[in-house]
Amino acid sequence: MATRPTPRVRVPGNIKAGDAVEVKTLISHEMESGQRRGQDGKPIPRKIINRFTATFNGKPVFEADWHAAISANPYQSFFFRPSENGELKMVWKDDDGSEYTATSRITVS
Amino acid sequence: MAGPVVYRTRRSVLHMAALAAAASVIAPRLSKADAKAVEAEIKKLYDGKTIADGRVKLDVPQIAENGLVVPITVDVESPMTEQNYVKAVHVYADGNPLPGVFTFRFSPLSGRASASTRMRLAQTQNIVAVAEMSDGSLFTTKAEVKVTIGGCGG
Repeated sequence: MATRPTPRVRVPGNIKAGDAVEVKTLISHEMESGQRRGQDGKPIPRKIINRFTATFNGKPVFEADWHAAISANPYQSFFFRPSENGELKMVWKDDDGSEYTATSRITVS
Repeated sequence: MAGPVVYRTRRSVLHMAALAAAASVIAPRLSKADAKAVEAEIKKLYDGKTIADGRVKLDVPQIAENGLVVPITVDVESPMTEQNYVKAVHVYADGNPLPGVFTFRFSPLSGRASASTRMRLAQTQNIVAVAEMSDGSLFTTKAEVKVTIGGCGG
C-alpha cells in the first residue's frame, strides 16, 4: 500500500447525556480479499482490516469483525450512548498486525 | 550418459495429456459458498439451539448495481440495558466465495443495536443475519440482493 490508511470519524456535535448518537467512520484501505489473481495467475494474498473496535473511557462500545467480503475503504457506523464526558477511541486492526487509531473527545450536556 | 531412461510411447503421451486435461477441470477453482455453507457456519456457533424469526432487521438494496459496494444496515429491537441487550449479529452471504461477511458486537453503551457498513457481493444471493441476545436467545432474518455487476474481480 502506497500510503498509510487514514481514518476519518464523524461524531455529532451536541450530545445530550443518555441520548444514542450515530458515529460514522471511514478508513482508506484496499481490503485485498485474497480471492483475486494477479497478472501472473497467482492468487494475491489477503490483506484486510479484520477488526474494528470502539471504546469509551476504556469500556467496550462496539466491535466489528470484518471478513474478506467487506468493501475497500471500509465504512462503519454505529450508535453510542454516553452518560459522561470522556474519550471515544477507535482502533482498526490490519491482517499484518498494524493498528490505526482515532480518538474523539466527547462532551455531554 | 547416466540417468534414468524414460520410454514414451505414443499411447503414454496421449494418456498424460488426457490426465492433465482432467486435472485442470477438477483443479482448485475458487470455491463458492452456498446455503449449506452458511448453515454450517451458524451451526459452528450455535449448534442445537433454536433460532426464531424476527426482531433483527436487515436493510439492504433489492437491486445492487455494483456488487463491489453494497450498503448494509442491521437493526435489532432491544432496550439495550445492562440486563437486556444485543450481544452480537453475524451476517453471511450464500453466493460469495466465502460465507462470512461480518460480526457486529454491541454493548449496553451502544444505546441502539444498529450499525452499517458496505460489502462486496459476487452475484445475486441471500444475505442471512443471526442475532444473539444477552439472555442467549437467537433471532434470524434473510434478504435477497439482486446484483447486476459482481464484486469479486470479474
